Amino acid sequence: MISTVVLSTGLALILIGVWGMLTHRNILRIVIGFSLMGTGTHIFIVAIGYVANGTAPIMDRALNVAEAPARAVDPIPSALVVTAIVIGLAVTAIMLAYAIRLYDSKKTLSIDAFTESKW
Amino acid sequence: MIRRAAIVLAVALFGLVFANLAAHYAERQSLLPLAKRYVELVPRDLGAANVITGILLTYRAFDTLGEVAVLFMVAAGVGLVLAARGRRNESSPGEAPEPPRPASEIVQTGAQMLVPLIAIFAAYIIMNGHLSAGGGFQGGAVIASSVILLLLADPHRRLDLDFLSYTESVAGVLFVLVGVAGMIVAGGFLDNRVLPVGQFGAFFSAGAIPVLSILLGIKVGCELSVIIDRFRPELSTERGSQ
Repeated sequence: MISTVVLSTGLALILIGVWGMLTHRNILRIVIGFSLMGTGTHIFIVAIGYVANGTAPIMDRALNVAEAPARAVDPIPSALVVTAIVIGLAVTAIMLAYAIRLYDSKKTLSIDAFTESKW
Repeated sequence: MIRRAAIVLAVALFGLVFANLAAHYAERQSLLPLAKRYVELVPRDLGAANVITGILLTYRAFDTLGEVAVLFMVAAGVGLVLAARGRRNESSPGEAPEPPRPASEIVQTGAQMLVPLIAIFAAYIIMNGHLSAGGGFQGGAVIASSVILLLLADPHRRLDLDFLSYTESVAGVLFVLVGVAGMIVAGGFLDNRVLPVGQFGAFFSAGAIPVLSILLGIKVGCELSVIIDRFRPELSTERGSQ
């Protein structure tokens, strides 16, 4: 149940991100839409790893080693998402760097001003 | 109008696919075989209480190494993209960027009080990566947040980029050396059992995982600090004039 809720939240965030990227003309807003889409994907991946009534795969007083395989959630999606977050940060940094350069060339952040590569 | 209709159609079709996905998703009742194996093996063989850290820093540590390489390339790439800006600005003077406004007293005092605390918190996160939620990447990001606060409080402060890049390189080389040591004395590249696994759940346990966490935290913190610094306008013009 709870994973369906989280999964739907992630998918809704992806949709909002796609919508934002397609409708807005400001490059910074497009970058924000892209980040929203990325965050939605992360939430989606984490939700897929949830096992019914599971808990975080960290052994402590609440979860001893013997019962962990029966009670822990899937650690692999979580480990993948750590990777994905870092790559998302990297892509965002590069996009923002290019946004700065584009602003320098036209003194505007509106994507309508950049018609050279438009077909 | 046609554009807007096309956007609505595209988003609606995406929504249809996603709605189908969400409606037919059945919550998993048990772990997949691979995940089960990881949950069993990480505490038993690696001695790490946090299974995710065990996967990230031993089983999939090679991926982590590649990921750090991506971060390094981004730091270099952002520098490349934004360094040309500095030279261009210098060739066309007249519109020099206005000097940043000094930070208010609240921000300055807050930074003085918070930066040491944030640094301690980052060290805590990094050192507890094998025991509870945390690890090198997260701690490195926290270090970088303290650098942002420092730069907000004092916009004229210049980061020692040479120090950052040397520290980062040394951390990267040590990371690879620990990995090679794993090939020689343990099971393979980046095997954490080059150091004794120790008592399960103790602060010094899980073999080389805490060491790798520290190196990763230092490396990520330095790389993110360099990326943050590259985005500051006045420094890139100085670099261009050098």
